Amino acid sequence: MHLLAIDIWFILEKVTLIAVIIGLSFFIAMYTTYAERKVAAWLQDRRGPNRAGPFGLFQPLADGGKLFFKEEIIPLTSNRFLFILGPALAMITALITSTVIPWGASYVDGTTQIALQVADVDMGILIVFGIVSVGVYGIMIGGWSSNNKFSLLAAIRGASQMVSYELPMGLSLIAVLLMTGSLKMSEIVAHQIQHGWHILYQPLGFIIFFVCALAECNRTPFDLPEAENELNFGYHQEYSSMKLGFYLFAEYINMFISSAVMATLFFGGYDIPFVDESAWGLSPLLFSLMSFAVLMAKVLFFLFVFIWIRWTIPRFRYDQLMNLGWKKLIPLSLVNMLITAALTLWLNK
Amino acid sequence: MNITPYIFWFLSVMALFSALMMVTSRNPVYSVLWLISTFFAISGHYILLNAQFLAVVNIIVYAGAIMVLFLFVIMLMNLNRETEPQKNRWLKLIGALAGGCLLLVMVAALKDAELQSQQAMVGTGSIGLIKVLGKELFTRYVVPFEISSLLFLSAMVGAAVIGKKEPAQTLKS
Repeated sequence: MHLLAIDIWFILEKVTLIAVIIGLSFFIAMYTTYAERKVAAWLQDRRGPNRAGPFGLFQPLADGGKLFFKEEIIPLTSNRFLFILGPALAMITALITSTVIPWGASYVDGTTQIALQVADVDMGILIVFGIVSVGVYGIMIGGWSSNNKFSLLAAIRGASQMVSYELPMGLSLIAVLLMTGSLKMSEIVAHQIQHGWHILYQPLGFIIFFVCALAECNRTPFDLPEAENELNFGYHQEYSSMKLGFYLFAEYINMFISSAVMATLFFGGYDIPFVDESAWGLSPLLFSLMSFAVLMAKVLFFLFVFIWIRWTIPRFRYDQLMNLGWKKLIPLSLVNMLITAALTLWLNK
Repeated sequence: MNITPYIFWFLSVMALFSALMMVTSRNPVYSVLWLISTFFAISGHYILLNAQFLAVVNIIVYAGAIMVLFLFVIMLMNLNRETEPQKNRWLKLIGALAGGCLLLVMVAALKDAELQSQQAMVGTGSIGLIKVLGKELFTRYVVPFEISSLLFLSAMVGAAVIGKKEPAQTLKS
């Protein structure tokens, strides 16, 4: 008897894909922490972690184990439910964003077609924005429920920073959408495969988007919510054990996802530059895997840039951050949008 | 059997329960969180009706932006159960009266509404997709659309004027 008309294979396919992507996000985030320390050591002429395993490769595992086994302290004056909800929300929102990113070319073999994308919905990139705008709550709830002045200040800083930088981010994105004519992530990639990467046409848009991504991920030079010298530790000050780990980890997952979004929007997604790889006649499985590897290479490059910037540029002051966001980036992205709109209209006439 | 009715009932129960909890919870921060959950349930309904754009914009604007501002205000004012002013008995009575009046109006308004002939189009229709919606907005409804954007602009200018710092007063001799 068929109780519900659900395609079991469809569900199975999507669940597998989701599990793989979540596992991948965790894995990449784990090794980004390692890369962060190694790159920092390299830039500062040190050795970095080198004790656990060869080249210190097991260091993230050791860190994770340490966080799991630490004593968990929930402050007496905190709001217990919200205190636990905060890191959970931060993690969930960090992970949900990956659903609409096309991770590689579709696997097409005869009649079966498996898209390497969980949901290729009409709204595509807007969903990313929706989730990012909800991502503020993880920080705000965690900071507020700790019942600590420093945490609250940091949470409010973080939230207002994220809300402010969403605007130029969205405006710089409109220019890309004007060129593509679609919000679907798969079509944005397809357009770039045909007409060249968006970075060639939208360098300013990319720079604005990148700066905003740094701010959205609370990365240096915009890591004001974690400014140790003013706020002790930041919005996760009262957290210990794996709850703290979730907050720190969510930041790395956010970095990973925003790198993937940038690669997809501006650097052609899973496209290999200069060549037409679809004409090579590769087997479908190899083709899909290769496109996925290309996207991963781009993502890893962006992750490196994130880390590089962190250990190169000092932190902004808070008023400088707000001035940059509201008085420089928003007008710049508006001008960029207007020019793109005018050019698109003129060229398509 | 289709799965849509199950999702519909789940979302409806979630929306109603969250809305009730939002009104009844004493802690204002909980109220905000329940309201966000209500918005998500309503967005789910929009998706069921294939109004994808509306669903996502509802999340971005209401759950993402407006509720953050609410939360800001509540957190900064540090409203707690102890500091919340207790309303007196008369206010409660009048509130019940006003609610009853609203109920009467709703009943009168919905009395003639024919539910049979106006069934929701579940999962079909393309009016909620961004391409169709954009064309409609910029051709058929362009004047109201532009007027509402002007309204928004004036509200923004007003907020900027109010929020602007007063210049330091200089003594004129």
